[in-house]
Amino acid sequence: MTDVSVPKLIQGNQACSYGAIAAGCRFFAGYPITPSTEIAETMALELPKYGGKFIQMEDEIASISAIIGASIAGSKAMTATSGPGFSLMQENLGYAYMAEVPCVVINVMRGGPSTGLPTKVSQADVMQANWGAHGDYYPIVLSPSSVSECFDITVRAFNLSERYRCPVIILSDEVIGHMREMVSLPDFSSVEMIERQRPNVPPEWYKHFLITHDFTSPMASFGEGYRFHLTGLTHDEFGLPTSDNIEIAKKLGKLKLKIERHLSDISQVNTYKIEDAHIVILAYGSVARAARQAVLLSRKKRFKAGLFQPITLWPFPDRQLRQISRKADLIVVAELNQGQIINEVRRVCKSHSKVVGLNRYDGELITPEQILEKIKEEHR
Amino acid sequence: MAEKVTKRYKPRPDPVVIYKKWCKACGICVELCPKKVFDTDRDGYPVVARGLDCTQCSICWIHCPDFAITSKEI
Amino acid sequence: MQKSDVTHQYLRHTMEFPNVWCPGCGIGIVLGAFIRAVDRLHISKDDLALVSGIGCTARIPAYVDFNTLHTTHGRPIAFATGVKLANPKLKVVVISGDGDILAIGGNHFIHACRRNIDITVVVVNNYIYGMTGGQYSPTTPMGKRASTAPYLTVEPPFDTCNLAISSGATFVARSTVYHATQLSSLIEKALVKKGFSVVEAMSNCHTQYGRLNREGTAVRMIQAFKNVAVPVSTAAKLSPEKLEGKIVIGVLHDIERPEYIEHYQKIIDRLQLPKMADKEEKE
Repeated sequence: MTDVSVPKLIQGNQACSYGAIAAGCRFFAGYPITPSTEIAETMALELPKYGGKFIQMEDEIASISAIIGASIAGSKAMTATSGPGFSLMQENLGYAYMAEVPCVVINVMRGGPSTGLPTKVSQADVMQANWGAHGDYYPIVLSPSSVSECFDITVRAFNLSERYRCPVIILSDEVIGHMREMVSLPDFSSVEMIERQRPNVPPEWYKHFLITHDFTSPMASFGEGYRFHLTGLTHDEFGLPTSDNIEIAKKLGKLKLKIERHLSDISQVNTYKIEDAHIVILAYGSVARAARQAVLLSRKKRFKAGLFQPITLWPFPDRQLRQISRKADLIVVAELNQGQIINEVRRVCKSHSKVVGLNRYDGELITPEQILEKIKEEHR
Repeated sequence: MAEKVTKRYKPRPDPVVIYKKWCKACGICVELCPKKVFDTDRDGYPVVARGLDCTQCSICWIHCPDFAITSKEI
Repeated sequence: MQKSDVTHQYLRHTMEFPNVWCPGCGIGIVLGAFIRAVDRLHISKDDLALVSGIGCTARIPAYVDFNTLHTTHGRPIAFATGVKLANPKLKVVVISGDGDILAIGGNHFIHACRRNIDITVVVVNNYIYGMTGGQYSPTTPMGKRASTAPYLTVEPPFDTCNLAISSGATFVARSTVYHATQLSSLIEKALVKKGFSVVEAMSNCHTQYGRLNREGTAVRMIQAFKNVAVPVSTAAKLSPEKLEGKIVIGVLHDIERPEYIEHYQKIIDRLQLPKMADKEEKE
């Protein structure tokens, strides 16, 4: 049992675990991989104290399978992994989107491709998080930039996943995961928790994939008397496999609309000194910390800079960025990859601001000075 | 008198019933039946030909992959 | 005598019938045997979760009115592990084919055996990948033809039951679709067993395996099981040479070992005891 009354020096990975427990997660299946292992270790230590279950599976595929299974049986479930393991999970992530099973997957990003740089930082899985599995689907991807954010975002991830019945991916990175900060965790009982919608109809009327006015459906669990079929095949509202074109269009449309219609609830951004900014630094994860410092440095040099930090990477916060970009002449997109989120920024900003990328992919962090240099270089 | 006639002509139900809509005419019941109760029709579907020989041994319906044979216990 | 119509009480009549399998396919017989076993044990429909992977056999769950889960290729045992851990009151059964369980899902299979989690696995072994068109599987015997082995297979096959026994399963049995009554009673025993239990159901794929290897119609293939099947008691007296090409049927392995969830629950109970004591003190 963790004593939450005193501030504690904990890692981002540990904060994720505590966030999960606070949000009601009672099942964790994982497989060791650097740099996400501490999440599994903390869960193994803490979960049984809360009556939850931890299991170390034989690989990442089994881990995500097990959490989907657990979620179907009524438990809030999570797994954590990193680069190669996240690649292995893609097929079953696709299954969870198709079968509309809530669960949370934490990817503590490390350098890639392949085994890459296990002990150093990267943000190169941003595209994979959106387009990793095959087929049309619309994931929710969140990205924390500090230890306390790790806690809050994990709680939020569970709430979004239960609300919209879909997996939610948290893209943490090696620096955030291993960094230690003093955090005073909130009392777990005071954390806002959203539970999944339960059916209120008799079992004979129950449709597991009922299309409602807001495109989210109530969800029964195995063993509750609502016997249903779940499949990765295209299915009708009852969940039974179908190849009828109208049913398929309805189903895939629902997957899109349940996210699209709730963008205002899902999208979340943090801004810093953005009100009067003509130069916007767009950064997320560990880079957002450097960017915050860069804003202060730039302002000393009389550049009116501000920070735009998307917490929700996918669906990309189009509306919020468009509002800000109208005033901005220059947008610097700082990322630890060869340019992944920058394409989205270019799409949103189209012609009204100059978009430049600041990319680093050598396993080291972007420094505030580098960002300042870039601003000096590009701003005329 | 009338009573006797009714008794004599009381229709005897088939010992097993084949639900033709679910049957795929695989021929398992026809071959496995130890009493050779079934014959096949022109399309290969089983028909009860020697119902009186049936001993209700259950081999036909436990081997029917399509759940197309049921029995009225008689 | 077995009542004939119990199966119909368990079928999901909203599904389209006749079912998806080829005429004469043994999978339907295995399903019938499974349903009769469940019926004899009086397991409530709500308390049973049936999980499958991908393939012909994996289409079974859609046709029965339990809590059913049709997962991705090779992963049903991993999904079932999650279901069982989250709700230990459920009776969790995995029913899938030889390719699904032993090839792509082989790793999950051996580790579930090792863990000894209370799940029953029914492996329907028809020696081939039927749905994709007759490719050889890990159980295809040596020297047989398959669509990906036009010059006959050169890989030795797995013995599902020996694999399960050596990996740590507590109950292992085998039967064939010809011996459907025995198959049903073996599944019944496996369901009762506390621990990881495996039942291998030898089935026929006359559409692919039988056609490529000239083994005749569905009926011929099913009747052939009668000649190659040897009960465990008889097999014990036979020399290995005489057992070549035979299928040993019956209960092959039945031991007691601590079950995973019971074990884990003890840890939870131990850790929660001080918490309970705290609460009582405060009150």
